[in-house]
Amino acid sequence: MSTGKRLDVVGKPRRRVDSRGKVLGQLRFADDLSLPRMLHCKLLRSPHPHARIESIDVSRAEKHPGVHLVLTGKDFPIPFGIMPVAQDEHALAPERVRFVGDPVAAVIAKDEQTAGEALGLIEVKYQPLPTIATPEEALANAETRIHDYGEQGNIHRNQAYEFGDVEEALAGSDHVFEDTFFYEGNTHLPMEQQASLAAVEGDGKLTLSSSTQNPHYLHRQLARVLQMPASQIRVIATPNGGGFGGKCDPANHELVVSKAALILGRPVKICLTREEVFYQHRGRHPVLMRFRTGVTKDGRLTGMHLQTLLDGGGYGSHGPASTFYTGVLTPVTYELPRFKFEACRVFTNKPPCGPKRGHGTPQPRFGQEVQLDKIAEKLGLDPAEMRLGMVTKADALTANWLKIGSTGLAECIRKVVEMSGWKEKHRKLPEGRGVGLACSAYMCGAGVSIYWNKMPHSGVQLLLDRSGQVSVLCGATEIGQGSDDVLAAIVAETLGIGTGDVRVHTGDTGLTPIDLGSYSSRVTVMMGNAALQAAGRVREQIVAAAAESLEILPGRVLLSQGRVFSADDSSKTMSFAEAVTLAESKFGTLGAVGSYAPPRQPGRYKGSGVGPSPAYSFSACVVETEVDPATGWITVPKIWVAHDIGRAINPVHARGQVIGGVYMGLGEALMEEQVFRRLPAKLSGALVHRIPSMLEYKSLTSLDMPEVEVALVEEPDPNCPFGAKEAGQGPLLPVMPAVANAIFDAVGVRIDELPITPDKVLAALQLKAEGKPPRIGPGSFPNVPYAKAMFVLPPWEGGDGNESTPQRAIAGAAGT
Amino acid sequence: MMRLPWFDYRAPKSIEEAAKILAWEGTGAMLLAGGTDLLPNMKRRHQMPGTLVGLRNIEDLKRVSNGNGLRLGAGLTLTELLAVRGLRDRYRGLAQAAAQVATPLLRNMGTLGGNLCLDTRCTYYNQNYEWRQAINFCMKKDGDVCWVATASRRCLAVSSTDTAPALIALGARVKLVSAAGAREVALDDLYNNDGIDYLKRKPDEILTEILLPKPAGWKSTYWKLRRRGSFDFPLLGVGAAVKTAGDGTVEEARLVLGAVSSHPLVIKTDSLLGKKLTDDAIAEIGETAESRAKPMDNTDMDLRWRKHVVADFVGYALRELRGDDMGATRLRIAKQLV
Repeated sequence: MSTGKRLDVVGKPRRRVDSRGKVLGQLRFADDLSLPRMLHCKLLRSPHPHARIESIDVSRAEKHPGVHLVLTGKDFPIPFGIMPVAQDEHALAPERVRFVGDPVAAVIAKDEQTAGEALGLIEVKYQPLPTIATPEEALANAETRIHDYGEQGNIHRNQAYEFGDVEEALAGSDHVFEDTFFYEGNTHLPMEQQASLAAVEGDGKLTLSSSTQNPHYLHRQLARVLQMPASQIRVIATPNGGGFGGKCDPANHELVVSKAALILGRPVKICLTREEVFYQHRGRHPVLMRFRTGVTKDGRLTGMHLQTLLDGGGYGSHGPASTFYTGVLTPVTYELPRFKFEACRVFTNKPPCGPKRGHGTPQPRFGQEVQLDKIAEKLGLDPAEMRLGMVTKADALTANWLKIGSTGLAECIRKVVEMSGWKEKHRKLPEGRGVGLACSAYMCGAGVSIYWNKMPHSGVQLLLDRSGQVSVLCGATEIGQGSDDVLAAIVAETLGIGTGDVRVHTGDTGLTPIDLGSYSSRVTVMMGNAALQAAGRVREQIVAAAAESLEILPGRVLLSQGRVFSADDSSKTMSFAEAVTLAESKFGTLGAVGSYAPPRQPGRYKGSGVGPSPAYSFSACVVETEVDPATGWITVPKIWVAHDIGRAINPVHARGQVIGGVYMGLGEALMEEQVFRRLPAKLSGALVHRIPSMLEYKSLTSLDMPEVEVALVEEPDPNCPFGAKEAGQGPLLPVMPAVANAIFDAVGVRIDELPITPDKVLAALQLKAEGKPPRIGPGSFPNVPYAKAMFVLPPWEGGDGNESTPQRAIAGAAGT
Repeated sequence: MMRLPWFDYRAPKSIEEAAKILAWEGTGAMLLAGGTDLLPNMKRRHQMPGTLVGLRNIEDLKRVSNGNGLRLGAGLTLTELLAVRGLRDRYRGLAQAAAQVATPLLRNMGTLGGNLCLDTRCTYYNQNYEWRQAINFCMKKDGDVCWVATASRRCLAVSSTDTAPALIALGARVKLVSAAGAREVALDDLYNNDGIDYLKRKPDEILTEILLPKPAGWKSTYWKLRRRGSFDFPLLGVGAAVKTAGDGTVEEARLVLGAVSSHPLVIKTDSLLGKKLTDDAIAEIGETAESRAKPMDNTDMDLRWRKHVVADFVGYALRELRGDDMGATRLRIAKQLV
């Protein structure tokens, strides 16, 4: 904002713009949609974890009364995938199935019941293949290849980077800590199951309404798979009943109903069952991690060598990005002179993993923050003070060339320490009770798009007319995170009106300018900046017309609370609608567009595109636990969290996002796991999801939640609209390690794997009683054939952001 | 969504009429007593009865009468049961069990009789048809192996009713009515230790009433282990009741474990008789109970841990009965005071 005026809308707690429709049940989710002559689709899914399809006979299903169409893999010759480097999926498997639940055929019938009956009439002959259940098996059985692309064997992605000579740094450290951690996979569990409705409109164009977070990427993949011009396809993202990353990938069912609608000329709808949502998955990767971290005797980091091994499941999904994210954001929180990470993602015969809230970073953040707690313990330091002594500084660069921007991490730590009574509690509570602290950072939008292009990441269009109506259009998608409210608030603030005066149209590729989607916590910053630009342009026109009428200088015109008036003479005033009428008379039809692309980042090496962001959010969390030493039973009476949000556009809503993140994090810490079951090999080749049900996949309910005390730390970031950073993902990240650290403070045992369950705590307590190291966690780290690390000098060692040659190699060459 | 298979629905207005329908339909009919478990199971094709006999219109199944003890109609919803006057004071274990079944919404639908006849549960079984197809089914439905223990000749699905252990501990009997007549059995005798043939109810019988003896001198309690205090079937239920002399000496005692077997597991309490509920006496019977419990890897959480905490939970129950204030522990475990 140029005027620096008092803010009327931003920063005020308000009812969000979509709340009325939600609480009245008026909001129409994808499954609420119904069209005349609509047909229903069901998918036949593989009962085998890994098999070759020998034949599919659909003749009986086709003849079943009420069946209109049966589709199989041969109808979908073109592969797809969210990442350009991982186009490895087919809408229906043409010849191979790679996990139990992989779709192989589709029936479109007069109703869901009939479609379901006909699925049972499809005869598929499978040739079962050897199965891979774990990363260790994937590495050991390179000859059983799940895909014939990738790095080698079953290794999908291998990424290795070294920023400065880490071995040298470790050798020169007072202490080197080596720890191995495991973070079990888990899934998003949105309340809304995915649903889609495809229809051919009167003009012959296809419209797909779907519960998707990323209508733009889906639009591109539809054009590719259907072999149609994108201009003939419209994707409408219906309001999502929760996404959390699970609705980012283009999904099989979306492609299938689109194809079916085109063939039949009738609307075709599908709604996945809850079990199918577990198969669609794209959730948290199970990650095994090893940290070798050097510290000085006063607890400052000297260097870190991080190795990760990701269990990717049956397809690529976002895997190439997920793999990077297990490394790249690690140096954002604390000053780390040298950093090396080696990351490897393998294929297994399980539903594909992908992005879930925090995308690839909760796993290493868990390991890093638990290891810091161990370091503080060993060195006799206060974990909060130790962290405060090494937080990254504003506008600093990290070893891997990320530019920090604003940071409120130190303030976040101070806040949670104060709110929680940390100094009176840590190492001071009676046996069985403890507190743990952890911190984190997250991106406010990925610096580069998923596909290479030079175009804006977000576009916003404003339309105004003489009624005083302000319509704002943007491709961003409301997934419950409140993006519609942020959009309305930024426009309303700029134009001096209320959010109720703004009509919001979002997530419609046929209507709204492109926004890349609701992922990577990018919407507030990117859509917000685009909205700011568009609204600023319209504001100039309104100001010019009003200034002329009020006979004052444009620079003295204020817009506030629905009025346009002179800063110097309050009698010179008119309503906003009157000012719009004047502007429309003067300039013609009123409208403006705005767009946003993130600033270029300093890293120049290949792969430097993952990690940069216009800004980073920071969080700190203290968790209190009570542990029953007899049973290991864990209770969490209270959680304190501070989040550096830059500025809260709508504080009541921002707090909701923070609490929601804490909620999801606590579930991951204590119980959530997407795990699989193999049967005795002699009797069965089955490899099945253990618990694909809402009841048996254990996740906290609201009644299981402790009180959460939230502090919003507001350090406005100059790259962000009104200084506002993200709140959707960051606050989840510190919860899991804070729980683990609190359990250590309570009963002196280390649980180095998630989830932390009573049986693990009890087992560790028994080890403690036997005088053994009281730790439960992975015992070893497999021999992973990591790629040769690309060497990049950190900024403070004379690097320029490009790949360079390590000194040790030069020295070695000189020695020969 | 998952769809129900086709079925005929009958809605008799009297027990006699319902019994006649059952006699006529034979094994093709099933009773619907709330349906919170049966209907989801039908969607997964566990049961596909040709006829469902809805019991909700039968007034007699809602009857509550005091007299020589308490008679509870099997058609009372769990919410209605909790509203029965004096239940919490006189039959506390039953109230605590009923209050911890599922969620308020499900208790508004689910009935006492339905909970007593609840199908046994198993993570290899409580899955939809396609999932079960992927493991080539199991002994309990459509297959022939018990995947929990492949050498097992019988199904190891878990008795997951909360109210049965509490009621057995209270000495309950149940009334079964068929077109041919009526009989009463001790509730304990309603169950078989078999995950498939888990009820001795004949297919033409309706469980109509639960009969509780006078509570004179008895105190009872129920403790439930589950992952979430808000929801979830039991991983362990402990129904306990003791009758003590004025000085606290145990004259009679009953201890019943739920969810660690295919039937409610009655634990012999001889070691308590004639003693006071000392820490040692409690620990001794806790160990007995722990050794008898046979949790399997077919429900939530680690089975060794579930066995290990049996003694702890028996301890909670008996310490509560001896008069200890167990409120803090109850809150930690159940997230509510019941």
